[in-house]
Amino acid sequence: MKNKIIQNTAFTLIALTMLATLFFLASIIYFAAARGLPALSWEFITEVPRNGMTEGGVAPAIAGTFYLTMGAVLFAFPLGVACAVYLQEYSPKGYIVNIIRMGINNLAGVPSVVFGLFGLAVFVKFFGFGVSILSGSLTLGILILPGIISASQEALMAVPLSFREASLAMGATQWQTIRGITLPAALPGILTGLIISIGRAAGETAPILFTAATLYRKGYPTSIFSEVMALPYHIYALMSEGVNPQKQTAIAYGCALILIVLVGLMSSLAIIIRNKYRSVYGH
Amino acid sequence: MDTKEAGIKVSDLNFYYDKFRALKNINLDIPGGGITALIGPSGCGKSTLIRLFNRMSDLVPKTRAEGKIILDGQNILEPSLDVVKLRRKVGMVFQKPNPFPKTIYQNIAYGLEIGGNKDKGFIRHKVEDSLKKAALWDDVKDRLHQSALGMSGGQQQRLCIARALAVDPKVILFDEPCASLDPISTARIEELMLGLKRNYTIIIVTHNMQQAARTSDYTAFMYLGELIEFGKTDRIFTVPREKKTEEYLSGRFG
Ligand SMILES: Nc1ncnc2c1ncn2[C@@H]1O[C@H](COP(=O)(O)OP(=O)(O)O)[C@@H](O)[C@H]1O
Ligand SMILES: [Mg+2]
Repeated sequence: MKNKIIQNTAFTLIALTMLATLFFLASIIYFAAARGLPALSWEFITEVPRNGMTEGGVAPAIAGTFYLTMGAVLFAFPLGVACAVYLQEYSPKGYIVNIIRMGINNLAGVPSVVFGLFGLAVFVKFFGFGVSILSGSLTLGILILPGIISASQEALMAVPLSFREASLAMGATQWQTIRGITLPAALPGILTGLIISIGRAAGETAPILFTAATLYRKGYPTSIFSEVMALPYHIYALMSEGVNPQKQTAIAYGCALILIVLVGLMSSLAIIIRNKYRSVYGH
Repeated sequence: MDTKEAGIKVSDLNFYYDKFRALKNINLDIPGGGITALIGPSGCGKSTLIRLFNRMSDLVPKTRAEGKIILDGQNILEPSLDVVKLRRKVGMVFQKPNPFPKTIYQNIAYGLEIGGNKDKGFIRHKVEDSLKKAALWDDVKDRLHQSALGMSGGQQQRLCIARALAVDPKVILFDEPCASLDPISTARIEELMLGLKRNYTIIIVTHNMQQAARTSDYTAFMYLGELIEFGKTDRIFTVPREKKTEEYLSGRFG
Protein backbone atom coordinates (compact mmCIF):
# COMPACT_ATOMS: atom_id res chain seq x y z
CA MET A 1 0.00 0.00 0.00
CA LYS A 2 2.76 2.38 1.00
CA ASN A 3 4.74 1.49 -2.12
CA LYS A 4 1.72 2.20 -4.23
CA ILE A 5 1.38 5.68 -2.75
CA ILE A 6 5.06 6.39 -3.37
CA GLN A 7 4.75 5.18 -6.92
CA ASN A 8 1.68 7.28 -7.60
CA THR A 9 3.33 10.35 -6.11
CA ALA A 10 6.42 9.80 -8.24
CA PHE A 11 4.37 9.39 -11.41
CA THR A 12 2.39 12.52 -10.61
CA LEU A 13 5.58 14.54 -10.08
CA ILE A 14 7.08 13.28 -13.32
CA ALA A 15 3.89 14.10 -15.17
CA LEU A 16 3.93 17.60 -13.65
CA THR A 17 7.49 18.31 -14.79
CA MET A 18 6.49 17.20 -18.24
CA LEU A 19 3.51 19.56 -18.13
CA ALA A 20 5.74 22.42 -16.96
CA THR A 21 8.09 21.85 -19.88
CA LEU A 22 5.18 21.72 -22.29
CA PHE A 23 3.82 24.90 -20.74
CA PHE A 24 6.99 26.88 -21.41
CA LEU A 25 7.24 25.54 -24.92
CA ALA A 26 3.61 26.33 -25.61
CA SER A 27 3.82 29.81 -24.18
CA ILE A 28 6.86 30.70 -26.30
CA ILE A 29 5.02 29.61 -29.40
CA TYR A 30 1.85 31.29 -28.21
CA PHE A 31 3.62 34.61 -27.61
CA ALA A 32 5.47 34.54 -30.88
CA ALA A 33 2.25 33.69 -32.65
CA ALA A 34 -0.01 36.12 -30.80
CA ARG A 35 2.33 39.05 -31.25
CA GLY A 36 3.83 38.00 -34.55
CA LEU A 37 0.79 36.95 -36.52
CA PRO A 38 -0.67 40.47 -36.85
CA ALA A 39 2.53 41.56 -38.61
CA LEU A 40 2.44 38.69 -41.07
CA SER A 41 1.20 39.09 -44.58
CA TRP A 42 2.21 37.94 -48.00
CA GLU A 43 3.99 41.27 -48.38
CA PHE A 44 5.89 40.69 -45.13
CA ILE A 45 7.59 37.55 -46.38
CA THR A 46 8.09 38.56 -50.00
CA GLU A 47 9.06 42.24 -49.97
CA VAL A 48 12.10 44.24 -48.95
CA PRO A 49 11.94 46.61 -45.93
CA ARG A 50 10.91 50.17 -46.59
CA ASN A 51 10.76 53.44 -44.78
CA GLY A 52 13.52 52.89 -42.22
CA MET A 53 12.40 49.29 -41.72
CA THR A 54 9.03 50.29 -40.35
CA GLU A 55 7.13 49.10 -43.39
CA GLY A 56 7.44 46.58 -46.18
CA GLY A 57 8.67 43.06 -45.61
CA VAL A 58 11.67 41.13 -44.35
CA ALA A 59 12.28 38.84 -47.30
CA PRO A 60 16.03 39.59 -47.56
CA ALA A 61 16.49 38.67 -43.91
CA ILE A 62 14.62 35.39 -44.43
CA ALA A 63 16.78 34.61 -47.43
CA GLY A 64 19.91 35.62 -45.54
CA THR A 65 19.18 33.38 -42.58
CA PHE A 66 18.36 30.52 -44.93
CA TYR A 67 21.65 30.93 -46.83
CA LEU A 68 23.74 31.30 -43.68
CA THR A 69 22.18 28.24 -42.06
CA MET A 70 22.47 26.08 -45.17
CA GLY A 71 26.04 27.25 -45.68
CA ALA A 72 26.92 26.39 -42.09
CA VAL A 73 25.34 22.94 -42.41
CA LEU A 74 27.01 22.22 -45.76
CA PHE A 75 30.34 23.04 -44.22
CA ALA A 76 29.99 21.55 -40.75
CA PHE A 77 27.92 18.42 -41.37
CA PRO A 78 30.34 16.49 -43.61
CA LEU A 79 33.32 17.72 -41.68
CA GLY A 80 31.79 16.87 -38.30
CA VAL A 81 30.60 13.42 -39.33
CA ALA A 82 33.98 12.62 -40.90
CA CYS A 83 35.74 13.79 -37.77
CA ALA A 84 33.49 11.64 -35.59
CA VAL A 85 34.07 8.61 -37.82
CA TYR A 86 37.79 9.11 -37.56
CA LEU A 87 37.74 9.50 -33.79
CA GLN A 88 35.34 6.65 -33.20
CA GLU A 89 36.29 4.09 -35.83
CA TYR A 90 39.86 4.70 -36.93
CA SER A 91 41.96 6.39 -34.32
CA PRO A 92 43.59 4.14 -31.76
CA LYS A 93 41.68 4.38 -28.51
CA GLY A 94 43.62 6.04 -25.77
CA TYR A 95 44.38 9.24 -24.08
CA ILE A 96 45.01 11.31 -27.22
CA VAL A 97 41.46 10.68 -28.38
CA ASN A 98 40.23 11.51 -24.91
CA ILE A 99 42.06 14.82 -24.99
CA ILE A 100 40.62 15.63 -28.41
CA ARG A 101 37.16 14.73 -27.18
CA MET A 102 37.62 16.95 -24.16
CA GLY A 103 38.76 19.77 -26.44
CA ILE A 104 35.68 19.37 -28.61
CA ASN A 105 33.38 19.41 -25.60
CA ASN A 106 35.07 22.57 -24.34
CA LEU A 107 34.68 24.16 -27.73
CA ALA A 108 30.95 23.56 -27.43
CA GLY A 109 30.93 25.68 -24.28
CA VAL A 110 32.71 28.70 -25.76
CA PRO A 111 30.39 31.74 -25.88
CA SER A 112 29.15 32.44 -29.37
CA VAL A 113 30.49 36.00 -29.45
CA VAL A 114 33.98 34.55 -29.21
CA PHE A 115 33.25 32.61 -32.39
CA GLY A 116 32.19 35.91 -33.92
CA LEU A 117 35.54 37.49 -33.10
CA PHE A 118 37.36 34.42 -34.39
CA GLY A 119 35.39 34.58 -37.62
CA LEU A 120 36.20 38.25 -37.99
CA ALA A 121 39.91 37.68 -37.50
CA VAL A 122 40.21 34.56 -39.61
CA PHE A 123 37.59 34.51 -42.37
CA VAL A 124 36.83 38.21 -42.80
CA LYS A 125 40.35 39.55 -42.40
CA PHE A 126 42.96 36.81 -42.81
CA PHE A 127 41.33 34.93 -45.68
CA GLY A 128 39.91 38.18 -46.98
CA PHE A 129 36.36 36.87 -47.49
CA GLY A 130 35.06 40.17 -46.11
CA VAL A 131 31.77 40.54 -44.31
CA SER A 132 29.88 37.97 -46.34
CA ILE A 133 27.66 34.92 -46.47
CA LEU A 134 30.82 32.83 -46.77
CA SER A 135 32.46 34.24 -43.65
CA GLY A 136 29.21 34.01 -41.68
CA SER A 137 28.50 30.46 -42.81
CA LEU A 138 31.98 29.30 -41.90
CA THR A 139 31.78 30.99 -38.50
CA LEU A 140 28.36 29.46 -37.79
CA GLY A 141 29.71 26.17 -39.11
CA ILE A 142 32.53 26.17 -36.61
CA LEU A 143 30.06 27.07 -33.90
CA ILE A 144 27.89 24.01 -34.60
CA LEU A 145 30.81 21.69 -35.39
CA PRO A 146 31.38 20.44 -31.81
CA GLY A 147 27.69 19.59 -31.43
CA ILE A 148 27.67 17.64 -34.69
CA ILE A 149 30.86 15.79 -33.77
CA SER A 150 29.61 14.83 -30.30
CA ALA A 151 26.19 13.76 -31.52
CA SER A 152 27.74 11.72 -34.33
CA GLN A 153 30.25 10.13 -31.99
CA GLU A 154 27.51 9.18 -29.55
CA ALA A 155 25.45 7.74 -32.38
CA LEU A 156 28.39 5.71 -33.70
CA MET A 157 29.21 4.50 -30.22
CA ALA A 158 25.65 3.25 -29.81
CA VAL A 159 25.96 0.97 -32.87
CA PRO A 160 26.49 -2.53 -31.45
CA LEU A 161 29.92 -4.04 -32.03
CA SER A 162 28.19 -7.14 -33.34
CA PHE A 163 27.11 -5.31 -36.54
CA ARG A 164 30.70 -4.37 -37.28
CA GLU A 165 31.87 -7.90 -36.49
CA ALA A 166 29.26 -9.42 -38.78
CA SER A 167 30.29 -7.14 -41.61
CA LEU A 168 34.02 -7.72 -41.23
CA ALA A 169 33.43 -11.48 -40.99
CA MET A 170 31.64 -11.26 -44.35
CA GLY A 171 34.88 -10.05 -45.86
CA ALA A 172 34.06 -6.36 -45.83
CA THR A 173 36.88 -3.88 -45.46
CA GLN A 174 36.76 -1.44 -42.59
CA TRP A 175 35.70 1.35 -44.92
CA GLN A 176 32.92 -0.79 -46.45
CA THR A 177 31.75 -1.59 -42.94
CA ILE A 178 31.62 2.06 -41.97
CA ARG A 179 29.88 3.14 -45.15
CA GLY A 180 27.52 0.20 -45.49
CA ILE A 181 26.68 -0.68 -41.90
CA THR A 182 27.90 1.61 -39.15
CA LEU A 183 27.02 5.01 -40.63
CA PRO A 184 23.52 4.01 -41.80
CA ALA A 185 22.83 2.49 -38.39
CA ALA A 186 24.03 5.68 -36.70
CA LEU A 187 22.24 8.02 -39.10
CA PRO A 188 19.10 8.65 -37.03
CA GLY A 189 21.24 9.79 -34.10
CA ILE A 190 23.49 11.85 -36.35
CA LEU A 191 20.48 13.56 -37.90
CA THR A 192 19.08 14.37 -34.48
CA GLY A 193 22.33 16.23 -33.83
CA LEU A 194 21.92 18.00 -37.15
CA ILE A 195 18.39 19.11 -36.31
CA ILE A 196 19.55 20.72 -33.09
CA SER A 197 22.43 22.37 -34.96
CA ILE A 198 20.12 23.85 -37.57
CA GLY A 199 18.16 25.63 -34.87
CA ARG A 200 21.33 26.87 -33.26
CA ALA A 201 22.86 28.17 -36.49
CA ALA A 202 19.68 29.91 -37.60
CA GLY A 203 19.12 31.62 -34.28
CA GLU A 204 22.57 32.86 -33.32
CA THR A 205 23.23 36.59 -33.58
CA ALA A 206 26.71 37.12 -32.17
CA PRO A 207 28.69 34.98 -34.64
CA ILE A 208 27.25 36.79 -37.66
CA LEU A 209 27.41 40.24 -36.12
CA PHE A 210 30.89 40.99 -37.42
CA THR A 211 31.15 38.38 -40.13
CA ALA A 212 28.04 38.43 -42.30
CA ALA A 213 25.16 40.54 -41.14
CA THR A 214 24.16 43.98 -42.24
CA LEU A 215 21.36 46.09 -40.96
CA TYR A 216 19.96 46.97 -44.29
CA ARG A 217 20.62 46.01 -47.82
CA LYS A 218 18.81 46.86 -50.97
CA GLY A 219 17.66 43.64 -52.56
CA TYR A 220 18.95 40.13 -52.19
CA PRO A 221 22.50 38.85 -51.86
CA THR A 222 24.03 38.14 -55.25
CA SER A 223 26.92 35.87 -54.31
CA ILE A 224 28.54 34.14 -51.37
CA PHE A 225 30.66 37.25 -50.96
CA SER A 226 27.64 39.50 -50.36
CA GLU A 227 26.81 40.71 -46.92
CA VAL A 228 23.30 39.79 -45.89
CA MET A 229 20.43 40.67 -43.64
CA ALA A 230 19.53 37.93 -41.19
CA LEU A 231 16.47 37.42 -39.00
CA PRO A 232 18.09 37.28 -35.54
CA TYR A 233 20.18 40.36 -36.21
CA HIS A 234 17.19 42.11 -37.73
CA ILE A 235 15.20 41.46 -34.56
CA TYR A 236 18.05 42.79 -32.47
CA ALA A 237 18.33 45.92 -34.62
CA LEU A 238 14.58 46.56 -34.63
CA MET A 239 14.43 46.36 -30.85
CA SER A 240 17.51 48.48 -30.13
CA GLU A 241 17.58 51.35 -32.61
CA GLY A 242 15.31 53.35 -34.85
CA VAL A 243 12.63 55.98 -34.34
CA ASN A 244 9.38 54.09 -34.29
CA PRO A 245 9.55 51.56 -31.44
CA GLN A 246 5.90 50.55 -31.68
CA LYS A 247 5.92 49.60 -35.34
CA GLN A 248 9.37 48.08 -35.03
CA THR A 249 8.38 45.85 -32.09
CA ALA A 250 5.48 44.43 -34.07
CA ILE A 251 7.80 43.65 -36.96
CA ALA A 252 10.34 42.09 -34.59
CA TYR A 253 7.71 39.66 -33.30
CA GLY A 254 6.77 38.87 -36.87
CA CYS A 255 10.42 38.08 -37.55
CA ALA A 256 10.61 35.89 -34.46
CA LEU A 257 7.62 33.88 -35.61
CA ILE A 258 9.11 33.47 -39.07
CA LEU A 259 12.43 32.38 -37.58
CA ILE A 260 10.66 29.66 -35.60
CA VAL A 261 8.78 28.51 -38.68
CA LEU A 262 11.94 28.57 -40.82
CA VAL A 263 13.88 26.47 -38.31
CA GLY A 264 10.90 24.14 -38.13
CA LEU A 265 10.84 23.74 -41.91
CA MET A 266 14.56 23.13 -42.22
CA SER A 267 14.50 20.66 -39.35
CA SER A 268 11.53 18.79 -40.71
CA LEU A 269 13.55 17.95 -43.78
CA ALA A 270 16.08 16.19 -41.55
CA ILE A 271 13.25 14.63 -39.54
CA ILE A 272 11.63 13.23 -42.67
CA ILE A 273 14.91 11.65 -43.76
CA ARG A 274 15.44 10.28 -40.26
CA ASN A 275 11.98 8.75 -40.03
CA LYS A 276 12.30 7.21 -43.45
CA TYR A 277 15.50 5.57 -42.26
CA ARG A 278 13.95 4.42 -39.01
CA SER A 279 10.98 2.82 -40.72
CA VAL A 280 13.16 0.80 -43.10
CA TYR A 281 15.98 -0.03 -40.76
CA GLY A 282 13.88 0.32 -37.63
CA HIS A 283 14.88 -1.24 -34.41
CA MET B 1 38.18 -26.46 -54.32
CA ASP B 2 36.28 -29.53 -53.26
CA THR B 3 34.91 -29.74 -49.71
CA LYS B 4 37.16 -32.73 -49.20
CA GLU B 5 40.07 -30.34 -49.63
CA ALA B 6 38.54 -27.70 -47.39
CA GLY B 7 40.02 -29.25 -44.31
CA ILE B 8 41.97 -27.24 -41.80
CA LYS B 9 45.32 -28.44 -40.53
CA VAL B 10 46.55 -26.78 -37.35
CA SER B 11 50.15 -27.37 -36.32
CA ASP B 12 52.01 -26.26 -33.19
CA LEU B 13 49.63 -23.38 -32.68
CA ASN B 14 50.13 -20.99 -29.78
CA PHE B 15 48.10 -17.86 -29.31
CA TYR B 16 48.66 -15.00 -26.91
CA TYR B 17 46.45 -12.17 -25.69
CA ASP B 18 49.29 -9.86 -24.74
CA LYS B 19 51.17 -12.07 -22.25
CA PHE B 20 48.37 -14.53 -21.63
CA ARG B 21 48.81 -17.78 -23.56
CA ALA B 22 45.26 -18.72 -24.53
CA LEU B 23 46.12 -21.62 -26.88
CA LYS B 24 48.90 -24.06 -26.13
CA ASN B 25 50.58 -26.21 -28.77
CA ILE B 26 47.44 -27.12 -30.65
CA ASN B 27 47.77 -29.82 -33.30
CA LEU B 28 44.53 -30.64 -35.03
CA ASP B 29 43.53 -31.99 -38.43
CA ILE B 30 39.96 -31.03 -39.21
CA PRO B 31 38.72 -33.05 -42.19
CA GLY B 32 36.99 -31.29 -45.08
CA GLY B 33 33.22 -31.73 -45.24
CA GLY B 34 31.20 -32.87 -42.28
CA ILE B 35 30.70 -31.26 -38.91
CA THR B 36 33.40 -30.87 -36.31
CA ALA B 37 32.36 -29.85 -32.81
CA LEU B 38 34.64 -28.00 -30.41
CA ILE B 39 33.64 -28.64 -26.83
CA GLY B 40 35.09 -27.80 -23.46
CA PRO B 41 34.39 -25.66 -20.42
CA SER B 42 33.88 -21.93 -20.75
CA GLY B 43 37.14 -20.03 -21.21
CA CYS B 44 39.12 -22.98 -22.57
CA GLY B 45 39.86 -21.23 -25.87
CA LYS B 46 37.20 -22.52 -28.28
CA SER B 47 36.25 -19.07 -29.59
CA THR B 48 39.87 -18.03 -29.69
CA LEU B 49 40.64 -21.01 -31.90
CA ILE B 50 37.84 -20.61 -34.43
CA ARG B 51 38.37 -16.86 -34.64
CA LEU B 52 41.84 -17.66 -35.91
CA PHE B 53 40.30 -19.66 -38.77
CA ASN B 54 38.89 -16.47 -40.29
CA ARG B 55 41.42 -14.14 -38.69
CA MET B 56 38.76 -12.27 -36.73
CA SER B 57 41.48 -12.55 -34.11
CA ASP B 58 43.08 -9.56 -35.88
CA LEU B 59 40.45 -7.31 -34.30
CA VAL B 60 41.92 -7.74 -30.82
CA PRO B 61 45.00 -5.56 -30.38
CA LYS B 62 48.21 -6.93 -28.86
CA THR B 63 47.69 -10.51 -29.86
CA ARG B 64 50.21 -12.90 -31.37
CA ALA B 65 49.99 -16.30 -33.01
CA GLU B 66 52.74 -18.87 -33.54
CA GLY B 67 52.53 -22.03 -35.62
CA LYS B 68 50.57 -22.80 -38.75
CA ILE B 69 46.99 -23.14 -39.86
CA ILE B 70 46.83 -24.57 -43.34
CA LEU B 71 43.65 -24.15 -45.38
CA ASP B 72 43.61 -24.86 -49.09
CA GLY B 73 47.38 -25.22 -49.18
CA GLN B 74 47.97 -21.85 -47.62
CA ASN B 75 49.09 -20.81 -44.15
CA ILE B 76 46.33 -18.42 -43.10
CA LEU B 77 48.41 -17.03 -40.26
CA GLU B 78 50.76 -15.49 -42.84
CA PRO B 79 50.75 -11.72 -42.16
CA SER B 80 50.61 -10.99 -45.89
CA LEU B 81 47.40 -13.01 -46.30
CA ASP B 82 44.43 -11.14 -47.76
CA VAL B 83 41.90 -11.48 -44.90
CA VAL B 84 39.08 -10.23 -47.13
CA LYS B 85 39.55 -13.24 -49.42
CA LEU B 86 39.94 -15.58 -46.46
CA ARG B 87 36.73 -14.39 -44.84
CA ARG B 88 34.77 -14.91 -48.02
CA LYS B 89 35.99 -18.48 -48.02
CA VAL B 90 35.40 -18.98 -44.29
CA GLY B 91 32.02 -17.66 -43.15
CA MET B 92 30.95 -17.16 -39.57
CA VAL B 93 27.74 -17.31 -37.55
CA PHE B 94 27.84 -15.75 -34.11
CA GLN B 95 26.44 -16.60 -30.72
CA LYS B 96 23.86 -13.85 -30.70
CA PRO B 97 21.97 -13.46 -33.98
CA ASN B 98 23.32 -10.23 -35.46
CA PRO B 99 21.47 -9.35 -38.64
CA PHE B 100 22.23 -5.87 -39.94
CA PRO B 101 19.65 -3.16 -39.24
CA LYS B 102 18.54 -3.40 -42.86
CA THR B 103 15.88 -5.25 -44.78
CA ILE B 104 15.97 -9.03 -45.06
CA TYR B 105 16.91 -8.71 -48.73
CA GLN B 106 19.69 -6.21 -48.07
CA ASN B 107 21.13 -8.40 -45.35
CA ILE B 108 21.86 -11.12 -47.87
CA ALA B 109 22.72 -8.88 -50.80
CA TYR B 110 25.34 -7.10 -48.67
CA GLY B 111 28.02 -9.76 -48.94
CA LEU B 112 27.64 -9.88 -52.73
CA GLU B 113 27.68 -6.12 -53.08
CA ILE B 114 30.83 -5.61 -51.06
CA GLY B 115 32.38 -8.32 -53.21
CA GLY B 116 31.83 -6.03 -56.18
CA ASN B 117 28.82 -7.83 -57.65
CA LYS B 118 26.55 -5.37 -59.43
CA ASP B 119 24.33 -7.76 -61.34
CA LYS B 120 20.86 -7.15 -59.84
CA GLY B 121 19.39 -10.29 -61.38
CA PHE B 122 22.18 -12.46 -60.03
CA ILE B 123 21.84 -10.91 -56.57
CA ARG B 124 18.10 -11.51 -56.57
CA HIS B 125 18.68 -15.13 -57.55
CA LYS B 126 21.31 -15.54 -54.82
CA VAL B 127 19.07 -14.03 -52.15
CA GLU B 128 16.32 -16.50 -52.96
CA ASP B 129 18.74 -19.41 -53.23
CA SER B 130 20.44 -18.65 -49.91
CA LEU B 131 17.15 -18.18 -48.09
CA LYS B 132 15.98 -21.53 -49.43
CA LYS B 133 19.19 -23.23 -48.33
CA ALA B 134 18.67 -21.74 -44.87
CA ALA B 135 15.07 -23.00 -44.79
CA LEU B 136 13.81 -19.45 -44.41
CA TRP B 137 12.36 -18.67 -47.81
CA ASP B 138 8.78 -19.71 -47.04
CA ASP B 139 8.79 -17.69 -43.83
CA VAL B 140 9.98 -14.47 -45.39
CA LYS B 141 9.30 -14.48 -49.12
CA ASP B 142 6.47 -11.97 -48.67
CA ARG B 143 8.43 -9.56 -46.55
CA LEU B 144 11.86 -9.45 -48.09
CA HIS B 145 11.86 -5.69 -47.95
CA GLN B 146 10.99 -5.36 -44.29
CA SER B 147 13.48 -4.89 -41.50
CA ALA B 148 15.33 -8.04 -40.49
CA LEU B 149 15.08 -6.93 -36.88
CA GLY B 150 11.37 -7.72 -36.85
CA MET B 151 12.02 -11.46 -37.12
CA SER B 152 12.12 -13.94 -34.25
CA GLY B 153 15.50 -14.91 -32.77
CA GLY B 154 15.52 -18.27 -34.53
CA GLN B 155 14.64 -16.67 -37.86
CA GLN B 156 17.32 -14.04 -37.36
CA GLN B 157 19.90 -16.75 -36.80
CA ARG B 158 18.80 -18.57 -39.93
CA LEU B 159 19.07 -15.25 -41.78
CA CYS B 160 22.64 -14.97 -40.54
CA ILE B 161 23.29 -18.44 -41.92
CA ALA B 162 21.72 -17.47 -45.25
CA ARG B 163 23.85 -14.33 -45.28
CA ALA B 164 26.97 -16.42 -44.82
CA LEU B 165 25.90 -18.90 -47.52
CA ALA B 166 25.29 -16.18 -50.10
CA VAL B 167 28.99 -15.63 -50.79
CA ASP B 168 29.66 -19.35 -51.35
CA PRO B 169 32.09 -20.08 -48.52
CA LYS B 170 33.85 -23.42 -48.20
CA VAL B 171 33.94 -23.42 -44.42
CA ILE B 172 31.33 -22.09 -42.00
CA LEU B 173 32.21 -21.41 -38.38
CA PHE B 174 29.43 -21.46 -35.80
CA ASP B 175 30.28 -20.02 -32.39
CA GLU B 176 27.60 -21.32 -30.02
CA PRO B 177 24.88 -20.50 -32.56
CA CYS B 178 22.02 -21.75 -30.40
CA ALA B 179 23.08 -20.30 -27.07
CA SER B 180 20.33 -17.68 -27.14
CA LEU B 181 17.64 -19.76 -28.83
CA ASP B 182 14.70 -21.82 -27.59
CA PRO B 183 14.71 -25.63 -28.10
CA ILE B 184 12.52 -25.55 -31.19
CA SER B 185 14.68 -22.95 -32.95
CA THR B 186 17.73 -24.90 -31.86
CA ALA B 187 16.38 -28.08 -33.42
CA ARG B 188 15.78 -26.25 -36.70
CA ILE B 189 19.33 -24.87 -36.75
CA GLU B 190 20.74 -28.34 -36.07
CA GLU B 191 18.63 -29.84 -38.82
CA LEU B 192 19.87 -27.11 -41.12
CA MET B 193 23.51 -27.79 -40.30
CA LEU B 194 23.04 -31.49 -41.00
CA GLY B 195 21.65 -30.58 -44.40
CA LEU B 196 24.55 -28.26 -45.16
CA LYS B 197 27.40 -30.56 -44.19
CA ARG B 198 27.55 -32.27 -47.55
CA ASN B 199 28.62 -29.08 -49.24
CA TYR B 200 30.49 -27.20 -46.54
CA THR B 201 33.04 -27.88 -43.86
CA ILE B 202 31.23 -26.96 -40.66
CA ILE B 203 32.93 -26.21 -37.37
CA ILE B 204 30.70 -25.61 -34.40
CA VAL B 205 31.62 -24.45 -30.93
CA THR B 206 29.09 -25.62 -28.45
CA HIS B 207 28.53 -25.74 -24.75
CA ASN B 208 25.91 -28.32 -25.15
CA MET B 209 27.30 -31.86 -25.23
CA GLN B 210 24.04 -33.35 -26.52
CA GLN B 211 24.22 -30.92 -29.39
CA ALA B 212 27.76 -32.03 -30.20
CA ALA B 213 26.70 -35.68 -29.99
CA ARG B 214 23.59 -35.13 -32.14
CA THR B 215 25.15 -33.13 -34.92
CA SER B 216 28.87 -33.66 -35.26
CA ASP B 217 30.99 -36.23 -37.06
CA TYR B 218 34.16 -35.26 -35.23
CA THR B 219 34.67 -33.81 -31.79
CA ALA B 220 37.58 -31.90 -30.31
CA PHE B 221 37.71 -31.52 -26.56
CA MET B 222 39.67 -28.56 -25.22
CA TYR B 223 40.68 -27.72 -21.70
CA LEU B 224 42.61 -24.68 -20.42
CA GLY B 225 43.93 -23.77 -23.84
CA GLU B 226 45.00 -27.27 -24.75
CA LEU B 227 43.51 -29.76 -27.15
CA ILE B 228 42.98 -32.82 -24.97
CA GLU B 229 41.41 -35.19 -27.45
CA PHE B 230 40.17 -35.27 -31.02
CA GLY B 231 38.42 -38.02 -32.91
CA LYS B 232 35.18 -39.39 -34.33
CA THR B 233 32.27 -38.17 -32.24
CA ASP B 234 30.89 -41.70 -31.67
CA ARG B 235 34.21 -42.85 -30.33
CA ILE B 236 34.85 -39.79 -28.15
CA PHE B 237 31.43 -40.06 -26.55
CA THR B 238 31.57 -43.82 -26.00
CA VAL B 239 35.20 -44.62 -25.29
CA PRO B 240 37.14 -41.44 -24.51
CA ARG B 241 40.84 -42.11 -24.23
CA GLU B 242 41.69 -39.27 -21.91
CA LYS B 243 40.59 -39.08 -18.30
CA LYS B 244 39.78 -35.35 -18.60
CA THR B 245 37.48 -35.99 -21.55
CA GLU B 246 35.62 -38.65 -19.67
CA GLU B 247 35.25 -36.43 -16.62
CA TYR B 248 33.91 -33.58 -18.73
CA LEU B 249 31.50 -35.76 -20.68
CA SER B 250 30.16 -37.29 -17.52
CA GLY B 251 29.45 -33.82 -16.21
CA ARG B 252 32.00 -33.86 -13.41
CA PHE B 253 33.09 -30.34 -14.31
CA GLY B 254 32.33 -27.64 -16.89
N1 LIG C 1 39.94 -10.20 -26.06
C1 LIG C 1 40.57 -10.89 -25.10
N2 LIG C 1 41.55 -10.34 -24.38
C2 LIG C 1 42.19 -11.02 -23.40
N3 LIG C 1 41.88 -12.29 -23.06
C3 LIG C 1 40.89 -12.90 -23.74
C4 LIG C 1 40.18 -12.23 -24.79
N4 LIG C 1 39.25 -13.09 -25.28
C5 LIG C 1 39.39 -14.23 -24.56
N5 LIG C 1 40.36 -14.12 -23.64
C6 LIG C 1 40.80 -15.17 -22.70
O1 LIG C 1 41.20 -16.29 -23.43
C7 LIG C 1 40.70 -17.47 -22.85
C8 LIG C 1 39.87 -18.23 -23.85
O2 LIG C 1 38.70 -17.51 -24.14
P1 LIG C 1 37.64 -17.97 -25.21
O3 LIG C 1 38.36 -18.37 -26.44
O4 LIG C 1 36.64 -16.90 -25.35
O5 LIG C 1 37.02 -19.26 -24.50
P2 LIG C 1 35.71 -20.08 -24.85
O6 LIG C 1 35.18 -19.63 -26.17
O7 LIG C 1 36.17 -21.50 -24.87
O8 LIG C 1 34.74 -19.87 -23.74
C9 LIG C 1 39.93 -17.06 -21.61
O9 LIG C 1 40.77 -17.22 -20.48
C10 LIG C 1 39.63 -15.62 -21.83
O10 LIG C 1 39.59 -14.91 -20.62
MG1 LIG D 1 33.30 -18.66 -26.61
